[in-house]
Formats: sequence, C-alpha cells, structure tokens
Amino acid sequence: MLQLERLQQRAILMSSVRAFFAQQGVLEVDTPLRQPVFIPERYIEPLRSEEAYLQTSPELCMKRLLACGCTKIFQICPCFRKNEKGRRHLEEFTMLEWYRSGENYLKLMDDCEKLLRFLQGQLQGQSNPRGAKADFFAGFDLDSPWERLTVEDAFLKYSPHSVEQALRDNIFDEILVEYIEPELGRKTPTFLMDYPLELGSLAKRKTGRPDLVERFELYLGGVELANGFSELTDEVEQRARFEAEIADIDNTWGMGVKMPERFLEDIKKLKKAAGIALGVDRLFMLALGVWDITEAVSFSPADFIST
Amino acid sequence: MLSASDLRKGLKVQIDGNPYIVIDFEFSKPGKGQALYRCKMRNMISGNQLVQTYRSNDKFEKPDLEERKMQYLYNQGDEFHFMDTVNFDQIFLTTEQLGDNKNFLIDNMEVDMLFFESQAIDITMPMFVNLDVTKADPWAKGDTSGNDTKPVTVETGYELQVPPFVEEGDKIQIDTRTGEYVTRVKE
Repeated sequence: MLQLERLQQRAILMSSVRAFFAQQGVLEVDTPLRQPVFIPERYIEPLRSEEAYLQTSPELCMKRLLACGCTKIFQICPCFRKNEKGRRHLEEFTMLEWYRSGENYLKLMDDCEKLLRFLQGQLQGQSNPRGAKADFFAGFDLDSPWERLTVEDAFLKYSPHSVEQALRDNIFDEILVEYIEPELGRKTPTFLMDYPLELGSLAKRKTGRPDLVERFELYLGGVELANGFSELTDEVEQRARFEAEIADIDNTWGMGVKMPERFLEDIKKLKKAAGIALGVDRLFMLALGVWDITEAVSFSPADFIST
Repeated sequence: MLSASDLRKGLKVQIDGNPYIVIDFEFSKPGKGQALYRCKMRNMISGNQLVQTYRSNDKFEKPDLEERKMQYLYNQGDEFHFMDTVNFDQIFLTTEQLGDNKNFLIDNMEVDMLFFESQAIDITMPMFVNLDVTKADPWAKGDTSGNDTKPVTVETGYELQVPPFVEEGDKIQIDTRTGEYVTRVKE
C-alpha cells in the first residue's frame, strides 16, 4: 500500500491532468468499463465479466463519442489486460486517453510535451508548499526539444537487423525490447514514430508511405509511456483489419470474437481525428524515479496476499 | 506441461533433457506487440547459466524432480552411503559429487537430497553443523604475536581457522554455506 505522502502526490498528479485539459477546453467523459464487445487485437486479451468484457482501453466508446460530434475529449479510467504482470505491467491499471477531431498524430506529440512539462511544474510546486525541493522526473530533461525517431531509423541506429529483416524473421518485438527500447528517452523523452502497417490496426496510413501508419510511442527512461496515432476512419479498411485480427485471435486464445459493428457504423461519420493512450501508473512511477509499477499504485496484487 | 505464462523466479523447467531453475525473470510487452518472457536460468546439474526469451505459446516439460530426506550412514573409500528415511533405499554418492559437503557429514545426519530422473543431483545440508575438534595446537598464554585465529582439524578431516581459545576436544559450530567457524558449543 502507498504511504500518505505518495497518495497525496498521486492525487496532485490526477488533479493536474484534469486542470491541464480543462485549460485547453477538452471535455472529461466517462464511458462504461464493461462492454459486450472488445477491440479485436491479436496481443491484447480482455478479462471476462459474466457474458461481457472489462475494457482493455476506452478507445471504442471514445471514438464513437467523437463520431457523434465531440471534438476534444479525455478520460482517466481503469483498464484491464489479461496476463500482463511484471515490473511495468499490472492486469488492472489506470489509463489516460484523449482524442481530438480535425487533428493528426503530430498534434498529440505537442500535447504530450506540454502535458508532461505542466505536470512536472505542478508536482514540484504543490508537493512542496514550504519550498523544500523534491525532484520529480529527476534525471530527465523535459524542457529541451524531445527526440523524434522513426522506427526505420531506430532499427538502423540500434539494432543488428533492419526493420524489414526483423518483420520477415518475425522478431520485431524481440529486437525492440532487447536493443531499441533501452536506448529511448534516456535524458529527454523520445517519440518512436511511423510504425509498419501491420503494427497499427486502428491507425491511419501515412500520407505518401502506404506501408507505414501514423502511429507513435512515447518513451521515457526506456519505458513505454503512451501510444498515439492518427485514427483510421475508413470503415471498410477498419473492418478488413479487424477481420485479420479476429482470424489470428481465433487461432490462439479467442473463441467467437464479435465484430464491433456499432463502432464500425459510427466511424463512417468520423472525418479526421487523432487519439492517444497514456499509462498513468507508469507516468507516476517515472515522476517518482522508482522502477517498479507497484510502487506507484495504492494497492498492488501483493497487498492482497495473506501473510 | 508448463507454459510461458507460468514462468517466474524459482520455477523449475526441463530444457533439452536438463532441469533448469529460473533465477531471474522479466515480463515485457512492447505496445501492441506480443508478451515476451525473458529468463535467466541455471542448469541444475552443470550450473551453467542460460538467458532466453520466450513467447506466450512456448511450452515446457516439468522436470522429474523429487526431494527426499536421506540419512548419512558411513563412507567406504570414495563412496558415501545414504539411506532414504521413508523407504530405507540405500544409495551412495562419490567424493566428487558431494563436493565441499563431505566436510560436514557426520554419522546419522539427515540431509535433503534432490533427485532428477532418479539420479541424485543436489544435496542440501543443515545450515549449521556441530563438529568435534580433533587436532588443535594449544593456546600459548601470553602469545602476543597478534594472530587472532589458528588452524584446527575437525572429525571429518576438514581444516578451518578458529579463534585461539578453541582446544582439542571442543565442539564447534560451522556454517555449511561458507565453511566458516560460528561459535564454540557447550555440551
């Protein structure tokens, strides 16, 4: 369990996130955690809840709200992903997602820069009313320009294989974890951007590069903090991509995954939009300078084991 | 069968016919990517270490390991004989198999022995053993040479450094993990 001081700091972080979005006129929404459908993604498995599922992300509902006329929305909510347990993973974790219509992924990168700088300032100021200087995001430099590195360049720079080789040999994830992630965001944060098409099932293709999607991941201290992209709004292409994911899921862990039909119907109304998901527990972990996610949440699974 | 999601520190798995114990473990999963289970493992027979990354669909055999309580009976040359305290089966281990453990074995001592496919591969001694000192130089009173230890030999033939007040015929406690003197034992 977290000590009072950390709980207070976490509360400051949460209220500061809300203050940041309020300043920008972004509307806070809350959508159902439990839904009859889930996002069909090959490597993200939901937890069942009776005949429904706990959300792996609020993405489907938030994009339907955009389609219904919302222009700027955000949400802080719990998400659940089965079997994700480790130093950086909890099966239940807190996500911050925000969406903007009429924008692309570059706007979200700007948001990230402004948000993290704002949060650092708020944590420094509000946690130390008497002026004592506690350092949040100690060892990182959030003020200098943030690095923007394409996936192709990252593989050239850090990995023994090119991205094409890694995809062909089916070792993209292994290379990313082993060689690339540890190098990212060591001092200033890094945006790893422009992913191969097959690694962004809900992201829009990059203009002029149909083999890539306009997707990025934000890294700080080698830790993946956020995933954002320009939204795919073509219903036909989205359906085809979901079908491919569902076929993969049927061959592995899933039984009878349903196509999210109402979502597909609604995104027809969506023109241009971008959205991002940021892990709040990891953000707090990095702000504190601790390296285990259980030190950043009020209760961890170990707090329920009888001694 | 075990699957990658069962992997954790301390788990024992069989790889290429050898038993391994996981000594370090990390779960990682790049965004939208697949779960990777990075493991450092030690071969329980050779002691060699192995670093390997697994995916969720990788499967492992459970090694056929069994821990049995064994009582040390006697030694005959290079053979150290033990008896299973439950079914009274007898086996022997060689000096080489026992390694340093042979320094701390006394008659009737109970130890935990680990078997892999019916072969003894490891022996866990009690953490402390009490052994008789069979050879020690007398403590020269007034010795001001500044030496604060002296060598003695215990009943198993093992030689170690002890404080100068320890005498022949004393019983001393030894830490079996380090082989070092702990204290003198009053009978």
